[in-house]
Amino acid sequence: MSLDSHLVVERPGFRLDVELRAAAGEVVALLGPNGAGKTTALRGLAGLTPLSGGRVELDGAEVHRLPAERRRIGVVFQDYLLFPHLSALDNVAFGPRCQGLRRAAARRVAAELLDRVGLADHAHARPAHLSGGQAQRVALARALAVRPRLLLLDEPLAALDAHTRLEIRAELRRHLAAFDGATVLVTHDPLDAMVLAHRLVVIENGAVVQTGTPSEIARHPRTDYVARLVGLNLYRGEAEGNHVTVGEARFSSAERLTGPVFVAFPPSAVALYRTRPDGSPRNLWRATIDGIERHGDNVRVHLHGPIPLAADVTPSAAADLDLTPGQEIWAAVKATETHAYPA
Amino acid sequence: MPWPLLVPALAGLAFLVLPLAGLLARAPWQSLPQRLAEPRVLEALRLSLVTATIATAVCLLLGVPLAWLLARTTLPGRRVLRALVTVPLVLPPVVGGVALLLVLGRRGLAGQWLYDAFGVSLPFTTAGVVLAEAFVAMPFLVIAVEGALRAADQRYEEAAATLGASRWTVFHRVTLPMVAPGVLAGAVLCWARALGEFGATITFAGNFPGRTQTMPLAVYLALETDPDAAIVLSLVLLAVSVIVLAGLRDRWTGTA
Repeated sequence: MSLDSHLVVERPGFRLDVELRAAAGEVVALLGPNGAGKTTALRGLAGLTPLSGGRVELDGAEVHRLPAERRRIGVVFQDYLLFPHLSALDNVAFGPRCQGLRRAAARRVAAELLDRVGLADHAHARPAHLSGGQAQRVALARALAVRPRLLLLDEPLAALDAHTRLEIRAELRRHLAAFDGATVLVTHDPLDAMVLAHRLVVIENGAVVQTGTPSEIARHPRTDYVARLVGLNLYRGEAEGNHVTVGEARFSSAERLTGPVFVAFPPSAVALYRTRPDGSPRNLWRATIDGIERHGDNVRVHLHGPIPLAADVTPSAAADLDLTPGQEIWAAVKATETHAYPA
Repeated sequence: MPWPLLVPALAGLAFLVLPLAGLLARAPWQSLPQRLAEPRVLEALRLSLVTATIATAVCLLLGVPLAWLLARTTLPGRRVLRALVTVPLVLPPVVGGVALLLVLGRRGLAGQWLYDAFGVSLPFTTAGVVLAEAFVAMPFLVIAVEGALRAADQRYEEAAATLGASRWTVFHRVTLPMVAPGVLAGAVLCWARALGEFGATITFAGNFPGRTQTMPLAVYLALETDPDAAIVLSLVLLAVSVIVLAGLRDRWTGTA
């Protein structure tokens, strides 16, 4: 079952206007910073926030005029919203009951789903007695119990601690693969999006800024937000042959292009020197250190010069260079790791 | 602790506690058992408990939906409506009784019709007592339930809607269970108010032993003829109040 939608929600000082499609069996991640309108888009799809314009079609049938209870769209909410007065089993049986199943039949459906998410033992537990990971699985089972045409997940892993998250992420991926309808999930975590989704839709300020597969987006970011998410330095410039001009800086890149382009390279491709290096490496600038922070096993150095720049150096290199904020330094970027692509 | 606060605080405490202590001190403890067994006392107590309970049931049946209307809909003039609902809260109960008489009395707007069509006359009957008590007590329930509804997380209702629940299903399977503690607290408060109701009852339902003479009415009457009996009846009401308060300890007196 496929989704084809155009969501427009207008509020004072904010306008959401995004087109969102998902094929049957496809998982689409809606990725964006806080306040970008991700959750609003999800609520618009579910019928919880009225649309100011646009449409929502499931398998070609318009549903955006239907109230939420008649759309048959399953939602896993950010903090799950399991009914606190009902057992896990009755939470999952709630949807089937609303669809007209008798209590016993609804409970059979629910028991089977709880078994599928590995919670058969906790069927009679109240939500207050479930761990975060268990509650997340009950919420997923509850949403799937209505045999939804479309499954929506709002930050499905955000409420979990790091360890549980890892486990639940892998498990969620398995359940989503088994679901034959379309899935839209909202997240601000690029890792969740890359692991769980087939396709990413990045929104900023209520508009789509980039869509593509996770690997496309990781390689060719088109906004500063996406570049930061995937950990690349990103610039917009003019290309002529192997050269790209970004402001006052000139890059040599591996690709031959002309016209407006993006240039991207990882912080690890930047090398720092106290004195101007011998020979004449291309892509060399004088820059000032803005800040230094730990980043994984390395040290990330933020620089400004002709272009703002993030560089990753090893701790020992950082010690040898004796880096301090405000210090002037030489930064060089390897041309082989500098990628240009049309803007 | 600054004395301008401490002294009035202690005076206030004494003011609230001393009369009750006086009641206990003057109680005819020796004759208490046989006085409690007097048919007059038992009759008044039974009538009070029965009417207050029915009045609470009436308030629940009408008041919970009314509270929902005030808390969950965007009806125009909702603020005026809420003000109207709370009027019986501040209205002297005697005035409430007079108003009830004017509407439901045998010559009243609705009362005349009731009498002509069904031969039903409400004033000076046990049903009249229930009506008077419900009229005075319902605002307590409505306000408590409305507060609980406003405090409840409405996202659970949205979650229920995405699972296919109609508005009515959402109300009775999600909303109501979630505000149950608030409804219970409101009902107990409402019941206690109905139990103590005096002014509207005596005005609308009169003072007939066994039919409309509830405990507070019996206390007032006994005070003129048999002060000891009044004390005994008052003690019974005090005991009921204390039991109710103990039951609500966590919710109203606060755990802090």
